[in-house]
Amino acid sequence: MFKLLRRTALGGMTALASLIGSSAMAVEIEYWQYFFDARVDAMEQLIEKFEAANPDITVKMTHFPYADYRTKVAAAIPAGEGPDVVQLFYGWLNDYIEADLIQPLPTDVFDPARIDEEFFPMVQAMKRDDAYYALPTAVRSLALFYNTRLFDEAGIEAPPATLDELVETAKKLTKVDGAGNITQVGITTGMTAQDHHWWREVLVRQFGGEPYKDDYKTVNYTDDAGLAALNFYVGLEKDHKVTKSGFMDEPQAAFKGNRAGMHIDGSFRIGSLNKVRGLKWAVAELPAGPDGTKSNYSSYWVNGITTKATGEKYDAAVKFLDYLTSDEAMQVWLDIVGELPAKPSVGMIDANATHETYGPFIKGLAYANTTKFANESAQRQAMVDMVGRIDIEGQDPAESLAAAASEEQKILDDYYK
Amino acid sequence: MPGYKNLSIRQKQIVWAWAFLAVPVVFYVVIRFYPTGSAFVTSFQEWNLLGTRAWTGLENYEKLWNDPVFWKVFRNTFAYLIIGTPISLVISFVIAYHLDKTRFMHGFLRMLYFLPFMTSAVAMAWIWRWFYQPVPVGLFNNFLASMGIPQIEFLNSTTNALPSILAPAVWAGLGFQVIIFMAGLRAIPVTYYEAAKIDGVGWWTVLTRITLPLLKPTIVFIVVFSSIGFLRIFDHVFNMTTNNPGGPLNSTKPLVLMIYETAFRDFDMGYAAAQTVVLFTILLVVSLLQLWLLRGDATK
Repeated sequence: MFKLLRRTALGGMTALASLIGSSAMAVEIEYWQYFFDARVDAMEQLIEKFEAANPDITVKMTHFPYADYRTKVAAAIPAGEGPDVVQLFYGWLNDYIEADLIQPLPTDVFDPARIDEEFFPMVQAMKRDDAYYALPTAVRSLALFYNTRLFDEAGIEAPPATLDELVETAKKLTKVDGAGNITQVGITTGMTAQDHHWWREVLVRQFGGEPYKDDYKTVNYTDDAGLAALNFYVGLEKDHKVTKSGFMDEPQAAFKGNRAGMHIDGSFRIGSLNKVRGLKWAVAELPAGPDGTKSNYSSYWVNGITTKATGEKYDAAVKFLDYLTSDEAMQVWLDIVGELPAKPSVGMIDANATHETYGPFIKGLAYANTTKFANESAQRQAMVDMVGRIDIEGQDPAESLAAAASEEQKILDDYYK
Repeated sequence: MPGYKNLSIRQKQIVWAWAFLAVPVVFYVVIRFYPTGSAFVTSFQEWNLLGTRAWTGLENYEKLWNDPVFWKVFRNTFAYLIIGTPISLVISFVIAYHLDKTRFMHGFLRMLYFLPFMTSAVAMAWIWRWFYQPVPVGLFNNFLASMGIPQIEFLNSTTNALPSILAPAVWAGLGFQVIIFMAGLRAIPVTYYEAAKIDGVGWWTVLTRITLPLLKPTIVFIVVFSSIGFLRIFDHVFNMTTNNPGGPLNSTKPLVLMIYETAFRDFDMGYAAAQTVVLFTILLVVSLLQLWLLRGDATK
């Protein structure tokens, strides 16, 4: 009431009627996510729709650069200034629960049995003691992007379906200048982008291995399968000369610049590729392995309710999260960000599953694995260095593989000690 | 204030001095000394930013001692210092020395040299990063290729990457050093040069007997300042190697970047604090050592 009086004094008598009429019971909740153009656009639309359906709730969105995200959340919530609903990477859940930053979702609205049934099984990683702590709106998987104009130019009719075909296709797409410098790559490579997922969860499995054991606590790619996968990967540059790591700085830059025939990337790239003028591209499922094995990697960002939300803010947060995990929200997210619905009921509807862009990603979900990272960047760095040692220092792939494995195992041991 | 009246003038002066000093002192204690002290304390703890802190004693320092990456980074940091400082010192002196004698468009030339210093290090690093790219995008390599010379791996090489990053860092800092050197040169009394001219002394003798000795305070300042700068190099490295920070294979990683990664990638705050303490110690020792080596009366 005091707040109302103060606002009245400030706003003048004319504002009084509208204050009493519309916002006297209003509750404002805060939503935080990291900054990525398409995600912010999508969330703005979702908030608008949610507010229209719930006029007594307003949602304020704040976004930060990815690099600062975790720090800000950690500093703000204990200080009582952070978000009520927060977006976090699936791999951070343990840390967030341990630090008491998020609270379990109420089982009456988010019935675990119903979620088990309705969502893709990978979200079960968000469950602790029979309650979900967070849920995704969307999930992401990998696929092969290809430049249809360059394909036409080279007279290639269809994207490669197997790894052997991938090499052959890439050879036709590679261009070199008179001095032997590559000016157009058949396929982009770079462990710094999405290739570490491709190598880990796709290639290693396709060559007959299993990248980790004990629920991702033990590195297991030092066997023949891991070595074969690594040799295939570095062979693209060394033996077949169809690529160059670091070509045009970033794989996605080369693809956007019409200088790469093929490019493996996540579904989140769709939104930004759509904005590139003059780029004609299409998507195919990742090529199958030598024995026909298909594999993919999927990951997701989830939304949780923070411990800061109590009372009516908590109720509003529950409503908002319920909306974020609704079929409608998933379709909006798919259309704007290009990330795939977390429920088969949305993902597998015909219009999506056979969609020429989303279809290959959604099909990939059926055979995807989700790596449980202890520290994704550090574990990726081990892969980057593994290839770097071979590329730059000419180290024997087997030695480099063993070194990467021991490096990564150390990261896992430190985390799970 | 009854006691105040009984104070002597000198004591009153002290009271007022402290009253005015209190503001900066409080300011420094709160925003400088407190975080510094807190970093020392954190270096004995384990803390992932989210949970509670746990005391671990000297564990972080032991880990640092046994970490091969730390020693690699340690060598890199000193490589930046040992290569960067003398090169930038010599180049900036040569430029300042000649610029000082130039009358034609003096102000304009001075501005040209100073411009890079005012430019954002991030923007500059990204431009240079583009220069260094391989064919078909990189400026340098495109030039080499058009002349029929093989490409050079500037950044994707464990031997070339560090000098390649150092070059723009030196270039960017030149403007500041040139200005300081010129101020130093202008401060030398003209009478010395007139005397030398009357005696018919050659330019080399003038340079080594008059100019350089009288520039000693300026040189000390620049050496200490640029050493601290190179020991704390971060923005150039981070922005020129963002895809693989400090890479390839840690060949360009300086201590500050390692601290950043430990803190904000691995969220290992205790370990990062221990590295910070080490960096602080290095900076302190290097600065004191330089001041001691280069001290002495400028007119001697």
